[in-house]
Amino acid sequence: MSYKHSLDCSNLLCPMPVIRTQNALKELAIGDTLEVICTDPGTLSDIPTWCRINQQEVIDTKEHDNQIIFIIKKTAN
Amino acid sequence: MTQANSVETSTPTPQKQRKAVALISGGLDSLLAAKVIQEQGIHVEGINFYTGFCVEGHTHAIRKKDKDKQKRNNALWVAEQLGIKLHIIDISEEYKDIVLNPKHGYGANLNPCLDCKIFMVNQAQAWAWAEENGFDFIITGEVIGQRPKSQRKETMPIIARESGADDRLLRPLCAKNLLPTLPEREGWVDREKLYDFSGRSRKPQFELAKKFGFDDFAQPAGGCCFLTDANYSAKLADLWEARGERRYELDDIMLLKVGRHIRPKPNFKLIVSREEGENNFLQGYKKQFTSIHTVSHGGPLTLLDGSFDKDDIKLAAQIVARYSGGKSANAVTVQIENFNGTSYVMDVPPMPAHEVKEEWHV
Repeated sequence: MSYKHSLDCSNLLCPMPVIRTQNALKELAIGDTLEVICTDPGTLSDIPTWCRINQQEVIDTKEHDNQIIFIIKKTAN
Repeated sequence: MTQANSVETSTPTPQKQRKAVALISGGLDSLLAAKVIQEQGIHVEGINFYTGFCVEGHTHAIRKKDKDKQKRNNALWVAEQLGIKLHIIDISEEYKDIVLNPKHGYGANLNPCLDCKIFMVNQAQAWAWAEENGFDFIITGEVIGQRPKSQRKETMPIIARESGADDRLLRPLCAKNLLPTLPEREGWVDREKLYDFSGRSRKPQFELAKKFGFDDFAQPAGGCCFLTDANYSAKLADLWEARGERRYELDDIMLLKVGRHIRPKPNFKLIVSREEGENNFLQGYKKQFTSIHTVSHGGPLTLLDGSFDKDDIKLAAQIVARYSGGKSANAVTVQIENFNGTSYVMDVPPMPAHEVKEEWHV
Protein backbone atom coordinates (compact mmCIF):
# COMPACT_ATOMS: atom_id res chain seq x y z
CA MET A 1 0.00 0.00 0.00
CA SER A 2 1.38 3.41 -0.88
CA TYR A 3 0.63 6.46 1.19
CA LYS A 4 0.08 9.94 -0.15
CA HIS A 5 2.29 11.38 2.57
CA SER A 6 5.51 9.52 3.25
CA LEU A 7 8.61 10.48 5.22
CA ASP A 8 11.92 8.65 4.91
CA CYS A 9 13.90 8.86 8.16
CA SER A 10 16.28 6.00 7.28
CA ASN A 11 19.63 6.24 9.03
CA LEU A 12 18.55 9.17 11.14
CA LEU A 13 19.06 8.79 14.85
CA CYS A 14 16.52 9.91 17.40
CA PRO A 15 15.34 12.49 17.96
CA MET A 16 15.66 13.48 14.29
CA PRO A 17 12.90 11.06 13.13
CA VAL A 18 10.63 12.52 15.82
CA ILE A 19 11.44 16.08 14.78
CA ARG A 20 10.83 15.29 11.10
CA THR A 21 7.55 13.57 11.97
CA GLN A 22 6.47 16.49 14.14
CA ASN A 23 7.25 18.98 11.37
CA ALA A 24 5.63 16.87 8.63
CA LEU A 25 2.41 16.49 10.62
CA LYS A 26 2.20 20.27 11.00
CA GLU A 27 1.74 20.51 7.24
CA LEU A 28 -1.10 17.96 7.12
CA ALA A 29 -4.82 18.30 7.76
CA ILE A 30 -6.71 16.55 10.55
CA GLY A 31 -7.55 13.04 9.39
CA ASP A 32 -4.56 12.74 7.02
CA THR A 33 -2.20 9.82 7.44
CA LEU A 34 1.58 9.87 7.27
CA GLU A 35 3.89 6.93 6.61
CA VAL A 36 7.22 7.26 8.45
CA ILE A 37 10.11 4.94 7.55
CA CYS A 38 12.81 4.61 10.21
CA THR A 39 15.88 2.50 10.95
CA ASP A 40 16.72 3.65 14.50
CA PRO A 41 15.26 1.14 16.98
CA GLY A 42 14.80 4.05 19.37
CA THR A 43 11.88 5.19 17.25
CA LEU A 44 9.87 2.19 18.47
CA SER A 45 9.63 3.99 21.78
CA ASP A 46 9.96 7.63 20.77
CA ILE A 47 7.46 8.04 17.95
CA PRO A 48 4.54 6.43 19.82
CA THR A 49 5.45 8.46 22.93
CA TRP A 50 5.57 11.69 20.97
CA CYS A 51 2.23 10.83 19.39
CA ARG A 52 0.65 10.10 22.78
CA ILE A 53 1.75 13.35 24.40
CA ASN A 54 0.77 15.38 21.36
CA GLN A 55 -2.56 13.62 20.83
CA GLN A 56 -1.68 12.00 17.50
CA GLU A 57 -2.57 8.42 16.66
CA VAL A 58 -0.22 5.63 15.56
CA ILE A 59 -2.53 3.35 13.60
CA ASP A 60 0.05 0.78 12.50
CA THR A 61 3.68 -0.22 13.19
CA LYS A 62 5.59 -2.75 11.10
CA GLU A 63 9.16 -4.03 11.43
CA HIS A 64 10.85 -5.53 8.40
CA ASP A 65 14.54 -5.94 7.42
CA ASN A 66 15.90 -3.42 9.93
CA GLN A 67 13.17 -0.98 8.90
CA ILE A 68 10.42 0.27 11.15
CA ILE A 69 7.37 1.72 9.43
CA PHE A 70 4.79 3.77 11.29
CA ILE A 71 1.43 4.89 9.97
CA ILE A 72 0.31 7.96 11.87
CA LYS A 73 -3.05 9.65 11.66
CA LYS A 74 -3.16 13.35 12.41
CA THR A 75 -5.83 13.76 15.08
CA ALA A 76 -4.96 17.15 16.60
CA ASN A 77 -3.36 20.44 15.63
CA MET B 1 -28.90 51.26 55.08
CA THR B 2 -27.37 48.55 57.21
CA GLN B 3 -23.74 47.73 57.00
CA ALA B 4 -24.57 44.34 55.54
CA ASN B 5 -26.55 45.93 52.74
CA SER B 6 -23.65 48.20 51.87
CA VAL B 7 -21.43 45.29 50.88
CA GLU B 8 -21.43 45.03 47.12
CA THR B 9 -21.48 41.61 45.65
CA SER B 10 -19.69 41.17 42.35
CA THR B 11 -18.24 38.30 40.39
CA PRO B 12 -14.46 38.37 40.73
CA THR B 13 -12.61 38.98 37.48
CA PRO B 14 -11.22 35.61 36.38
CA GLN B 15 -7.45 35.57 36.51
CA LYS B 16 -5.67 35.05 33.25
CA GLN B 17 -4.33 31.52 32.87
CA ARG B 18 -0.58 32.02 32.91
CA LYS B 19 1.54 29.90 30.62
CA ALA B 20 5.16 28.87 30.96
CA VAL B 21 7.61 27.26 28.58
CA ALA B 22 9.88 24.75 30.31
CA LEU B 23 13.27 23.83 28.90
CA ILE B 24 13.15 20.05 29.16
CA SER B 25 16.51 18.30 28.95
CA GLY B 26 15.17 14.95 30.09
CA GLY B 27 17.03 15.02 33.39
CA LEU B 28 15.62 15.19 36.89
CA ASP B 29 16.07 18.93 37.45
CA SER B 30 14.00 20.06 34.49
CA LEU B 31 11.34 17.49 35.41
CA LEU B 32 11.11 18.87 38.94
CA ALA B 33 11.21 22.52 37.86
CA ALA B 34 8.28 22.03 35.50
CA LYS B 35 6.35 20.04 38.11
CA VAL B 36 6.83 22.72 40.78
CA ILE B 37 5.31 25.32 38.47
CA GLN B 38 2.52 23.01 37.27
CA GLU B 39 1.57 22.50 40.92
CA GLN B 40 0.88 26.23 41.13
CA GLY B 41 -1.77 26.00 38.43
CA ILE B 42 0.39 27.33 35.59
CA HIS B 43 -0.12 25.84 32.13
CA VAL B 44 3.26 24.37 31.17
CA GLU B 45 4.51 23.13 27.81
CA GLY B 46 8.00 21.86 27.15
CA ILE B 47 10.69 22.65 24.64
CA ASN B 48 13.60 20.38 23.98
CA PHE B 49 16.47 21.48 21.78
CA TYR B 50 18.38 19.04 19.61
CA THR B 51 21.97 20.18 19.21
CA GLY B 52 23.38 17.02 17.63
CA PHE B 53 25.38 16.37 20.79
CA CYS B 54 22.46 15.20 22.92
CA VAL B 55 23.06 12.01 24.85
CA GLU B 56 20.15 9.64 24.75
CA GLY B 57 20.04 6.04 25.86
CA HIS B 58 19.33 4.72 22.42
CA THR B 59 22.11 6.70 20.78
CA HIS B 60 24.25 3.97 22.30
CA ALA B 61 21.69 1.37 21.30
CA ILE B 62 22.91 1.45 17.73
CA ARG B 63 24.96 -1.34 19.20
CA LYS B 64 23.17 -4.68 19.22
CA LYS B 65 24.69 -5.57 22.56
CA ASP B 66 22.66 -2.76 24.10
CA LYS B 67 19.41 -3.90 22.55
CA ASP B 68 18.04 -5.26 25.80
CA LYS B 69 18.50 -1.96 27.56
CA GLN B 70 15.46 0.25 27.74
CA LYS B 71 15.49 2.77 24.94
CA ARG B 72 13.68 6.00 25.43
CA ASN B 73 14.09 9.66 24.80
CA ASN B 74 14.18 11.07 28.29
CA ALA B 75 12.72 14.44 27.30
CA LEU B 76 9.68 12.66 25.86
CA TRP B 77 9.47 10.50 28.96
CA VAL B 78 9.54 13.59 31.19
CA ALA B 79 6.81 15.25 29.13
CA GLU B 80 4.65 12.16 29.43
CA GLN B 81 5.15 12.03 33.21
CA LEU B 82 4.11 15.66 33.44
CA GLY B 83 1.26 15.30 30.95
CA ILE B 84 2.54 18.22 28.91
CA LYS B 85 3.13 18.78 25.23
CA LEU B 86 6.75 18.70 24.11
CA HIS B 87 8.07 20.61 21.14
CA ILE B 88 11.43 19.29 19.93
CA ILE B 89 13.40 21.83 17.95
CA ASP B 90 16.36 21.04 15.72
CA ILE B 91 18.95 23.75 16.40
CA SER B 92 21.95 21.70 15.23
CA GLU B 93 22.83 24.13 12.45
CA GLU B 94 22.61 27.32 14.52
CA TYR B 95 24.36 25.57 17.38
CA LYS B 96 27.60 25.23 15.44
CA ASP B 97 28.50 28.82 16.20
CA ILE B 98 28.12 28.13 19.93
CA VAL B 99 30.45 25.13 19.76
CA LEU B 100 33.00 26.79 17.50
CA ASN B 101 33.02 30.30 19.00
CA PRO B 102 31.86 30.26 22.61
CA LYS B 103 32.01 33.83 23.93
CA HIS B 104 32.33 32.56 27.50
CA GLY B 105 34.74 29.75 26.70
CA TYR B 106 34.66 26.01 27.30
CA GLY B 107 34.24 23.96 30.45
CA ALA B 108 36.50 21.02 31.28
CA ASN B 109 36.16 19.62 27.74
CA LEU B 110 34.69 21.15 24.59
CA ASN B 111 31.48 21.97 26.44
CA PRO B 112 30.39 25.60 25.98
CA CYS B 113 27.85 25.32 28.81
CA LEU B 114 27.28 29.00 29.60
CA ASP B 115 26.91 30.07 25.97
CA CYS B 116 24.70 27.03 25.41
CA LYS B 117 22.31 27.97 28.20
CA ILE B 118 22.13 31.60 27.00
CA PHE B 119 21.44 30.35 23.49
CA MET B 120 18.72 27.94 24.56
CA VAL B 121 16.90 30.40 26.77
CA ASN B 122 17.15 32.91 23.96
CA GLN B 123 15.76 30.36 21.54
CA ALA B 124 12.87 29.70 23.91
CA GLN B 125 12.29 33.43 24.27
CA ALA B 126 12.61 34.19 20.60
CA TRP B 127 10.65 31.28 19.32
CA ALA B 128 7.76 32.89 17.49
CA TRP B 129 5.45 30.15 18.62
CA ALA B 130 6.02 30.93 22.28
CA GLU B 131 5.02 34.55 21.88
CA GLU B 132 2.20 33.87 19.45
CA ASN B 133 0.69 31.48 21.94
CA GLY B 134 0.87 33.94 24.80
CA PHE B 135 3.49 32.29 26.98
CA ASP B 136 4.38 34.46 29.94
CA PHE B 137 7.67 33.12 31.19
CA ILE B 138 10.39 30.49 30.89
CA ILE B 139 11.37 27.80 33.38
CA THR B 140 14.70 26.03 33.65
CA GLY B 141 15.90 23.40 36.10
CA GLU B 142 19.13 25.22 36.89
CA VAL B 143 20.46 25.03 40.44
CA ILE B 144 23.12 27.38 41.79
CA GLY B 145 26.44 25.59 42.14
CA GLN B 146 25.22 22.42 40.42
CA ARG B 147 27.57 22.73 37.49
CA PRO B 148 30.95 24.39 37.70
CA LYS B 149 30.68 26.45 34.53
CA SER B 150 27.12 27.50 33.86
CA GLN B 151 25.24 27.10 37.10
CA ARG B 152 26.93 29.55 39.43
CA LYS B 153 25.24 32.43 41.24
CA GLU B 154 27.28 34.97 39.28
CA THR B 155 26.43 33.42 35.91
CA MET B 156 22.67 33.24 36.44
CA PRO B 157 22.11 36.97 35.77
CA ILE B 158 24.35 36.71 32.69
CA ILE B 159 22.07 34.01 31.25
CA ALA B 160 18.94 36.04 32.03
CA ARG B 161 20.41 39.26 30.59
CA GLU B 162 22.19 37.96 27.51
CA SER B 163 19.36 35.65 26.53
CA GLY B 164 16.98 38.59 26.50
CA ALA B 165 14.63 36.77 28.86
CA ASP B 166 15.58 39.06 31.79
CA ASP B 167 13.23 38.54 34.69
CA ARG B 168 10.85 36.33 32.77
CA LEU B 169 13.33 33.51 33.40
CA LEU B 170 12.37 31.59 36.52
CA ARG B 171 14.44 28.83 38.14
CA PRO B 172 11.99 27.20 40.51
CA LEU B 173 14.57 24.97 42.22
CA CYS B 174 16.81 27.81 43.37
CA ALA B 175 14.56 30.87 43.01
CA LYS B 176 14.73 31.72 46.70
CA ASN B 177 18.47 32.28 46.37
CA LEU B 178 17.92 34.81 43.60
CA LEU B 179 16.07 38.12 43.28
CA PRO B 180 12.32 37.77 42.66
CA THR B 181 11.48 37.49 38.97
CA LEU B 182 8.47 38.99 37.23
CA PRO B 183 6.24 35.90 37.71
CA GLU B 184 6.95 36.08 41.44
CA ARG B 185 6.50 39.85 41.78
CA GLU B 186 3.26 39.76 39.83
CA GLY B 187 1.95 36.92 41.96
CA TRP B 188 1.60 34.49 39.05
CA VAL B 189 3.59 32.07 41.16
CA ASP B 190 3.99 31.94 44.92
CA ARG B 191 7.66 32.49 45.76
CA GLU B 192 7.15 30.72 49.08
CA LYS B 193 6.41 27.50 47.22
CA LEU B 194 9.66 27.67 45.27
CA TYR B 195 12.98 26.24 46.46
CA ASP B 196 16.44 27.30 47.60
CA PHE B 197 18.56 24.41 46.37
CA SER B 198 22.27 25.06 45.88
CA GLY B 199 25.49 23.14 45.49
CA ARG B 200 26.40 19.87 43.90
CA SER B 201 24.47 17.62 46.28
CA ARG B 202 21.56 15.88 44.59
CA LYS B 203 19.87 14.98 47.86
CA PRO B 204 17.27 17.83 47.80
CA GLN B 205 16.28 16.86 44.25
CA PHE B 206 15.94 13.20 45.19
CA GLU B 207 13.73 14.14 48.15
CA LEU B 208 11.54 16.36 45.98
CA ALA B 209 11.31 13.61 43.35
CA LYS B 210 10.16 11.22 46.06
CA LYS B 211 7.54 13.73 47.22
CA PHE B 212 6.17 13.96 43.68
CA GLY B 213 6.33 10.19 43.22
CA PHE B 214 8.99 10.14 40.49
CA ASP B 215 11.28 7.14 40.79
CA ASP B 216 12.43 6.28 37.26
CA PHE B 217 14.13 9.48 36.19
CA ALA B 218 17.29 9.70 34.08
CA GLN B 219 20.61 10.28 35.78
CA PRO B 220 23.10 10.80 32.97
CA ALA B 221 26.57 10.63 34.51
CA GLY B 222 28.09 13.39 32.44
CA GLY B 223 25.00 15.47 31.92
CA CYS B 224 22.97 15.30 28.74
CA CYS B 225 25.61 16.46 26.26
CA PHE B 226 28.41 14.53 24.58
CA LEU B 227 30.60 17.64 24.70
CA THR B 228 31.05 17.12 28.45
CA ASP B 229 32.63 13.74 27.69
CA ALA B 230 36.44 13.78 27.52
CA ASN B 231 36.70 10.96 24.96
CA TYR B 232 34.12 12.48 22.67
CA SER B 233 35.74 15.92 22.92
CA ALA B 234 39.11 14.37 22.04
CA LYS B 235 37.59 12.86 18.89
CA LEU B 236 36.08 16.19 17.91
CA ALA B 237 39.39 17.98 18.50
CA ASP B 238 41.13 15.31 16.38
CA LEU B 239 38.64 15.89 13.56
CA TRP B 240 39.34 19.63 13.56
CA GLU B 241 43.09 19.12 13.68
CA ALA B 242 43.02 16.64 10.80
CA ARG B 243 40.94 18.97 8.64
CA GLY B 244 43.04 21.99 9.51
CA GLU B 245 39.94 23.94 10.43
CA ARG B 246 37.28 23.99 13.10
CA ARG B 247 34.09 22.94 11.38
CA TYR B 248 31.72 19.98 11.38
CA GLU B 249 28.61 18.61 9.76
CA LEU B 250 25.88 16.69 11.54
CA ASP B 251 27.08 13.41 10.03
CA ASP B 252 30.57 14.04 11.44
CA ILE B 253 29.32 14.36 14.98
CA MET B 254 27.01 11.36 14.60
CA LEU B 255 29.91 9.21 13.44
CA LEU B 256 32.04 10.29 16.41
CA LYS B 257 29.57 8.33 18.55
CA VAL B 258 30.05 5.10 16.61
CA GLY B 259 32.85 2.54 16.24
CA ARG B 260 36.58 2.56 16.84
CA HIS B 261 38.29 5.63 15.41
CA ILE B 262 41.83 4.82 14.32
CA ARG B 263 44.09 7.42 12.74
CA PRO B 264 47.26 5.73 11.44
CA LYS B 265 48.27 8.83 9.47
CA PRO B 266 47.27 12.49 9.80
CA ASN B 267 45.47 12.52 6.44
CA PHE B 268 42.89 9.83 7.13
CA LYS B 269 41.19 7.76 9.79
CA LEU B 270 39.23 4.53 9.92
CA ILE B 271 35.83 4.21 11.58
CA VAL B 272 35.64 0.51 12.39
CA SER B 273 32.32 -0.93 13.52
CA ARG B 274 32.46 -2.97 16.70
CA GLU B 275 29.47 -5.21 16.08
CA GLU B 276 26.40 -5.86 13.97
CA GLY B 277 24.37 -2.89 15.12
CA GLU B 278 27.15 -0.47 14.24
CA ASN B 279 27.68 -2.33 10.97
CA ASN B 280 24.04 -1.68 10.08
CA PHE B 281 24.38 1.97 11.00
CA LEU B 282 27.57 2.50 8.99
CA GLN B 283 25.95 0.84 5.94
CA GLY B 284 23.92 4.02 5.60
CA TYR B 285 27.12 6.01 4.99
CA LYS B 286 28.51 3.93 2.12
CA LYS B 287 27.36 6.48 -0.43
CA GLN B 288 29.36 9.20 1.33
CA PHE B 289 32.56 7.38 2.26
CA THR B 290 34.95 4.84 0.80
CA SER B 291 34.32 1.65 2.77
CA ILE B 292 36.17 -1.59 3.40
CA HIS B 293 34.68 -4.93 4.39
CA THR B 294 36.19 -8.37 4.67
CA VAL B 295 35.15 -11.01 2.14
CA SER B 296 37.07 -14.14 3.10
CA HIS B 297 36.26 -13.87 6.81
CA GLY B 298 33.63 -12.27 8.97
CA GLY B 299 34.62 -8.77 9.95
CA PRO B 300 33.68 -5.19 10.56
CA LEU B 301 32.47 -2.64 8.07
CA THR B 302 34.89 0.26 8.03
CA LEU B 303 34.60 3.77 6.64
CA LEU B 304 37.62 5.81 5.57
CA ASP B 305 37.44 9.50 6.38
CA GLY B 306 39.91 11.96 4.88
CA SER B 307 42.13 11.80 1.82
CA PHE B 308 44.17 8.72 1.00
CA ASP B 309 46.17 7.05 -1.76
CA LYS B 310 46.66 3.40 -2.75
CA ASP B 311 49.23 2.75 -0.02
CA ASP B 312 46.95 4.29 2.59
CA ILE B 313 44.10 2.03 1.47
CA LYS B 314 46.37 -1.01 1.77
CA LEU B 315 47.38 0.08 5.27
CA ALA B 316 43.72 0.57 6.19
CA ALA B 317 42.82 -2.84 4.75
CA GLN B 318 45.49 -4.50 6.92
CA ILE B 319 44.06 -2.81 10.00
CA VAL B 320 40.53 -3.90 9.06
CA ALA B 321 41.82 -7.47 8.56
CA ARG B 322 43.32 -7.35 12.05
CA TYR B 323 39.82 -6.75 13.46
CA SER B 324 38.26 -9.54 11.36
CA GLY B 325 37.79 -13.23 11.98
CA GLY B 326 40.91 -13.77 9.87
CA LYS B 327 43.28 -11.89 12.15
CA SER B 328 45.44 -15.04 12.53
CA ALA B 329 45.30 -15.99 8.83
CA ASN B 330 48.13 -15.34 6.38
CA ALA B 331 45.89 -13.23 4.19
CA VAL B 332 42.40 -11.77 4.31
CA THR B 333 40.44 -10.76 1.25
CA VAL B 334 38.82 -7.36 1.58
CA GLN B 335 36.55 -5.41 -0.71
CA ILE B 336 37.09 -1.70 -1.14
CA GLU B 337 33.99 0.15 -2.23
CA ASN B 338 34.14 3.73 -3.39
CA PHE B 339 31.24 6.02 -2.57
CA ASN B 340 30.38 6.17 -6.28
CA GLY B 341 29.67 2.42 -6.21
CA THR B 342 32.84 1.11 -7.94
CA SER B 343 34.68 -1.58 -6.02
CA TYR B 344 37.63 -3.97 -6.10
CA VAL B 345 39.10 -6.67 -3.90
CA MET B 346 42.60 -7.23 -2.54
CA ASP B 347 44.34 -9.75 -0.32
CA VAL B 348 46.25 -8.35 2.61
CA PRO B 349 48.10 -9.79 5.58
CA PRO B 350 46.36 -8.75 8.82
CA MET B 351 48.37 -6.22 10.78
CA PRO B 352 49.79 -7.82 13.94
CA ALA B 353 48.12 -6.46 17.09
CA HIS B 354 51.34 -4.90 18.40
CA GLU B 355 51.73 -2.86 15.21
CA VAL B 356 48.37 -1.13 15.71
CA LYS B 357 49.84 1.67 17.76
CA GLU B 358 48.11 2.89 20.87
CA GLU B 359 48.38 6.51 19.73
CA TRP B 360 46.45 5.70 16.56
CA HIS B 361 43.32 5.17 18.65
CA VAL B 362 41.51 8.50 18.80
